[in-house]
Amino acid sequence: MTTQHTDLTTAGDGPAPTTAGRPPLPLNADPHTSRRLGRLLTGAGAVLSFAATMLPWTWTAEFPGDLTIAFYPAGLQLLTLAAALLTAALLLASAGVTGLRWLTPGGKHSALLLMTLANLGVTWYTAGAIATELGGLVNFEPGMWIGVAGTLLAVIGALALPTDLPPGADGGTPAAGPWQRLRHAFKAPAPGSPAPLPGWAEILIICASCAIGLYAFAYGIEAEDGPPFIGFLVMAAFAAPALGKAGLFRRLSALTARHRGVTLAAAFAAALLFPVTQSNEAYTNIAVSVLIFATVALGLNMVVGLAGILDLGYVAFLGVGAYTAALVSGAETSSIGLHVPFWAAVLIGAAVALVFGLVIGFPSLRLHGDYLAIVTLGFGEIFRISVQNLDGDSGPNVTNGPNGIPNIPDLEIFGFNFGDEHTLLGFELGRFANYYLLMLLFTALVVTVFRRSDNSRIGRAWIAIREDETAARAMGVNAFRLKLMAFALGATLAGMAGTVLAHVEFSVNPESYKFVHTAPPNSAFLLIAVILGGMGTVSGPLIGAALLYLIPAKLQFMADYQLLLFGIALILLMRFRPEGLIADRRKQLEFHETGQLDIPAPATAGLGKTEA
Amino acid sequence: MTTTPTTDSAPAPRSGTGGAVLEASGVTMRFGGLTAVRDVDLTVRAGEIVGLIGPNGAGKTTFFNCLTGLYIPTEGTVRYKGTVLPHRSHLVTQAGIARTFQNIRLFANMTVLENVLVGRHTRTHEGLLSALVRGPGFRRAERDSEQRAMELLDFTGLAAKRDHLARNLPYGEQRKLEIARALASEPGLLLLDEPTAGMTAIETTATRELVLAIREQGTAVLVIEHDMRFIFNLCDRVAVLVQGQKLIEGTPETVQNDDRVIAAYLGTPFDGEPGEAEAAEVRAAEQTGTAGTDTTQGKAD
Repeated sequence: MTTQHTDLTTAGDGPAPTTAGRPPLPLNADPHTSRRLGRLLTGAGAVLSFAATMLPWTWTAEFPGDLTIAFYPAGLQLLTLAAALLTAALLLASAGVTGLRWLTPGGKHSALLLMTLANLGVTWYTAGAIATELGGLVNFEPGMWIGVAGTLLAVIGALALPTDLPPGADGGTPAAGPWQRLRHAFKAPAPGSPAPLPGWAEILIICASCAIGLYAFAYGIEAEDGPPFIGFLVMAAFAAPALGKAGLFRRLSALTARHRGVTLAAAFAAALLFPVTQSNEAYTNIAVSVLIFATVALGLNMVVGLAGILDLGYVAFLGVGAYTAALVSGAETSSIGLHVPFWAAVLIGAAVALVFGLVIGFPSLRLHGDYLAIVTLGFGEIFRISVQNLDGDSGPNVTNGPNGIPNIPDLEIFGFNFGDEHTLLGFELGRFANYYLLMLLFTALVVTVFRRSDNSRIGRAWIAIREDETAARAMGVNAFRLKLMAFALGATLAGMAGTVLAHVEFSVNPESYKFVHTAPPNSAFLLIAVILGGMGTVSGPLIGAALLYLIPAKLQFMADYQLLLFGIALILLMRFRPEGLIADRRKQLEFHETGQLDIPAPATAGLGKTEA
Repeated sequence: MTTTPTTDSAPAPRSGTGGAVLEASGVTMRFGGLTAVRDVDLTVRAGEIVGLIGPNGAGKTTFFNCLTGLYIPTEGTVRYKGTVLPHRSHLVTQAGIARTFQNIRLFANMTVLENVLVGRHTRTHEGLLSALVRGPGFRRAERDSEQRAMELLDFTGLAAKRDHLARNLPYGEQRKLEIARALASEPGLLLLDEPTAGMTAIETTATRELVLAIREQGTAVLVIEHDMRFIFNLCDRVAVLVQGQKLIEGTPETVQNDDRVIAAYLGTPFDGEPGEAEAAEVRAAEQTGTAGTDTTQGKAD
């Protein structure tokens, strides 16, 4: 790390962009001097914060993660360490150091600024958490102070670097006030087309990315509740946009678009390996719930994202599947008392959900837009209330009413009992790991169904209906039939996921299938997962669902504020990234009219003509 | 409705047999108390380009919607190649009538190629199952569809923009894409609702060439238009719709010289007929003016 300074000073005037704009915080009137000072400061900050992680931050091990040992970064210190290293790497890359330039094909200083902010966020959050939990600044060891100062220094340095885009380059007015200049500093150009890599290298990059993704997910799920997890969130919230600004995600998505099959296989393999990385059953429990939730969200995405049917009662189909499986799987309280093998339970659950989908869809899909949304919301609630009332008092006893159906036995397929621990290739796989692997097959199935139907005659017709139903019908699309197909297919997939859910959770209960509730799965959360992740994409709902499940599960102590926080998060998302975290190619173009050569011509007088 | 235009469509050659592609007889459309279209007959024969003109609010688009199944006509029947058309938009397209819209209605967030592929919907039959299984039949059908779509994009001159979003095309090309999308359903009759609205003179000429080329390929065309020069240069026959009723139908010359048409556009002349001096003045003004309004065109030609 000590060589960094020499690097900085020698490469200071390297092939840095000359068109860049004025920095938000110039340290010197001369832009060259300001840039050099900025790099120096950022580098010094990175080194300091790196050094800080080698020192103890507090005196007692009471603070989660034990930050007391010198030369042994732990817990939140690890995050600061990672942020410091990434800051250094981005700094060197933006200075044009050979061998690192691939890190910043897009924005350079904007990415660096965000990364220094990630560093600052994590370190200062830790400082704040130590001060509040242990009671005062007196609990800081010198290392903490070094970290606080170092990260601040790095941010100041990054602010002194020129912006990536010249003022007004993005079509806006040249930045005038400091606030506008600051906002301008976060703007980054799109990366150019990459130099061609050999095929094996591209595949290797995809595999490595999947491994990193798995590691980040496993780290997040393992992070202790409370400060360590919040620190992880803070880090992710800044570091992910930083890498996005640097253009790495776009490069990656270009690669994955070229190697679809490889990407899917690598992602599947990474997901398959997840239980192996876990030793604690509680975390695999969360993981299997995430997987079920994500699968159902993906099914909903087919209905909402492709066919444009706003279904606010989707969770009812999950409930139909779960209840059906519970009734036919030999639970003692089941009113049917049947015990069929699992494959039959899946088929029955899917078939019953399909029938429900057709029965509900047939009348309600004649409506459009808001009316349809309200009707589906109504049907969703009707399902829950009916299930509650079919208890033998107010109706025939089918579902056991509010008590639900408890004690659903574990699955047993070919003598493989899902409730027992199994040792596979030396790895211990507990109950939830078994179900996780089973559920993964269903997820793969839903992903396949989604991808294949999207890119086909049927999928195009769905999207056409979403875009303009009248025009679609005029092009020969039987809109009602196709919408019913999408609705029923979505219901079937949710029903299938429900059959697994019933076994994983031991019991089914009407209260789990509300429209809105503080914890997933419920219809509102499913829809949020789709919108948060990105409508019409495969990975979007999966990531959205993972975040949406993981965050409440890890932040139990904030349960009272969860819905409020979600509201705020959603508003921010809609303001800054309306297309969702993962942008569909179409949505990306829809919301950001850049990247295409021809911008639509302004509507001409012909449109104003009156109807003949 | 009280001006009682007489409805003798005398010069129009009556048919009902042979090469008739479209036969609309007695089509009436009432919205509550308002009769938008009253007892309109119209025949389009194979290989013909027929124009439908009329002042704003004459019921042209309503008539179009009756033909294409978007509206169910209160009375009357529409036959396509001898069979009565169902009142369902997608079945009409399936039967062989494709249309464009007055206000462009592309699938804005789909690419140019995808738009045309949606137009192929009725001519392909791969269902959900075959899409999920992806057998050789599915791949072949997809390939054929794409090939046919690319031919159409070549035909309309949009091949280079196949991967652009429809919404990002310039206005004139959006109109062309709408035509390409309609042609993708392999129609026997193409209905164009104001294809040149809002276009420049050059684009209008290009559209005329395109419509003529479509006719060359054996598709009959029925076109609504306000641009009289476009209509009279293009069409074999022109029908005039005024206040929901067909006023006259005939060759462009017949229609241009019909006093009732002029009256419908300009109103009837008042008692004191304009003298020679005024007429000369109007003529002079028309000659100096480049592209006059519809009505003066009709009169000047």
